[in-house]
Amino acid sequence: MDLYEYQAKDLFAAHGVPVLPGRTVDTAAEAERAAEEIGGPVVVKAQVKTGGRGKAGGVKLAQSPAEAKEKAEAILGLDIKGHIVHRVLVTAASDIAEEYYFSFLLDRSNRTFLAMCSAEGGMEIEELAVERPEALARVPIDPIAGVDRAKADEIVAQGKLPAEVADEAAQVIVKLWDTFVGEDATLVEVNPLVRDPQDNVVALDGKVTLDENAEFRHEAHAQLVDEKSQNPLEAKAKESDLNYVKLEGGQVGIIGNGAGLVMSTLDVVAYAGEQHGGMKPANFLDIGGGASAEVMAAGLDVILGDDDVRSVFVNVFGGITACDAVANGIVEALKILGDDARKPLVVRLDGNNVDEGRRILAEANHPLVTVVDTMDDAAAKAAELAAAGA
Amino acid sequence: MSIFLNENSKVIVQGLTGSEGMKHGRKMLAAGTQLVGGVNARKAGTSVDLDGTDVPVFGGVEEAMKETGADVSVLFVPPKFAKDAVIEAVDAGIGLAVVITEGIPVHDSAWFWSHASANGNRTRIIGPNCPGIISPSKSLAGIIPANISGPGKMGLVSKSGTLTYQMMFELRDVGFSTAIGIGGDPIIGTTHIDALEAFEADPDTEAIVMIGEIGGDAEERAADFIKANVTKPVVGYVAGFTAPEGKTMGHAGAIVSGSAGTAQAKKEALEAAGVRVGKTPTETADLARSLING
Repeated sequence: MDLYEYQAKDLFAAHGVPVLPGRTVDTAAEAERAAEEIGGPVVVKAQVKTGGRGKAGGVKLAQSPAEAKEKAEAILGLDIKGHIVHRVLVTAASDIAEEYYFSFLLDRSNRTFLAMCSAEGGMEIEELAVERPEALARVPIDPIAGVDRAKADEIVAQGKLPAEVADEAAQVIVKLWDTFVGEDATLVEVNPLVRDPQDNVVALDGKVTLDENAEFRHEAHAQLVDEKSQNPLEAKAKESDLNYVKLEGGQVGIIGNGAGLVMSTLDVVAYAGEQHGGMKPANFLDIGGGASAEVMAAGLDVILGDDDVRSVFVNVFGGITACDAVANGIVEALKILGDDARKPLVVRLDGNNVDEGRRILAEANHPLVTVVDTMDDAAAKAAELAAAGA
Repeated sequence: MSIFLNENSKVIVQGLTGSEGMKHGRKMLAAGTQLVGGVNARKAGTSVDLDGTDVPVFGGVEEAMKETGADVSVLFVPPKFAKDAVIEAVDAGIGLAVVITEGIPVHDSAWFWSHASANGNRTRIIGPNCPGIISPSKSLAGIIPANISGPGKMGLVSKSGTLTYQMMFELRDVGFSTAIGIGGDPIIGTTHIDALEAFEADPDTEAIVMIGEIGGDAEERAADFIKANVTKPVVGYVAGFTAPEGKTMGHAGAIVSGSAGTAQAKKEALEAAGVRVGKTPTETADLARSLING
């Protein structure tokens, strides 16, 4: 789960990382009051989960509360790379002497963690990594040894941070490591980490990604989920514990078992769609190994509630689950949904007990259901039906 | 021959007394696995009846190994306890630990991997979040359905469980030396490269199918490895061409970050290494079949 800047900074503050005082608000009037409370010049910052906010006009300096209101009005509602701004952070403006870059992240290739540090902060890290790779220190971090003061000193030295701030930067880095480990983050990024004229080191921005697999030991993380800006279909799927991702611009609803097979199903539908008016998959939905009637019904309910969907492709390989159980699940799910099920379903079953599974579907003879034997042919049929349903 | 697992492998299950452990313990026995014991500290000294076979339960991995000569452990331990269970297996010095568990925090996986590395990687780890490994008609360590395909000359390595099953099904006329699902998490033990290296050295494997998916750069690294080290023919498949940037597609590791980890980049890297990449699982299977028969 990616966090907003203000949420990241709240976590930083909880772990002792220096941040500037600020308040998050949803309206321009509140932004004005927040600026009054903070006092002095403020920065109004769009809260969206994407980079490049500054360039997109999402970060503005305001000298007075009235100006803060004006800037907030301009920023709220902006579309930044497809993210609409619903909330801004009003924070004290800081005098910046220098900007640095710092992050802890997962290094998948080496199966460990990595600290990245540079005296050249502010710009997007992808650009820095390409244009000036020598200016970006990459220090492997052993998960068990972690980051103590000595390791932090090493990171600061390799990142070539100036001697005047070395001590304070190292202290901040140890606290950022506490955040990274203590919150089960897979990314903690501070860009920029700034030096003010008094040589204080402050996290001026923050980007944090939390590991959803670790939710069982972080009850507080549930409160960080932004339900308001969640896709309503994704929110509904989450309530039923379904692994669902809405895909924009698609017409073929997809249900399958197993993440890899479902990803593959999306691709196969997209290829088939090239022959059928450019039909595309409308979602990812993995109902997992079990594929019970209840789960199938919950999945179909979400997909049939998507106005973009014109046909549905149910693609199940009976591995651990038997196909007859899946077939019964589909028949039961259609009974549960009754008149709510109005779109054509193409079903492909293969594997364990496939003959019995196909027999059950044939016997039920549901008017919406077409059974097709192979994955590629079924994808083509689903695309064809979607194109016809325009 | 086969890789990592054969008819002589002696297998224990950590978490045998749980519902998943019992269910798949039965299936492993039915698949011909020498299932010699289970581990549960609270039920040490008891045994479980798996369809008529009495399987003893030990208090720890070390004891189980001493009593039974086990060299493989399959872990069905809930995510909360998985880190400690893997560390126990590593400390006992078992040869292979197959971690089936889905949903282990990545900090825990990074920790046990570091621990295993510090121990000189005496224990090969497969997974986590994987279906395990099967050498058909010899042994199964995991949850791969044993009735999909029999033995043969194809080697299969895949991140995904159901795509492993799908591909075994498509190529059931050819059969497999070993099929291994390495798991969909960001940090996994055994990689595509490890499996490719072992298949290359295995005299009974004639050709290899490698299935990848979006996220990370494991497929690109495997492509480099194939170019330099693999003489046997390899066919590839990559899932996730239609996955949007920044969204996790089911597997914790299946995510395109910015321009990194795309299916297109993986396909191109594999093709540049001389690997033929199928557009669909069926087309991939056809390509693989032509390598064996042609």
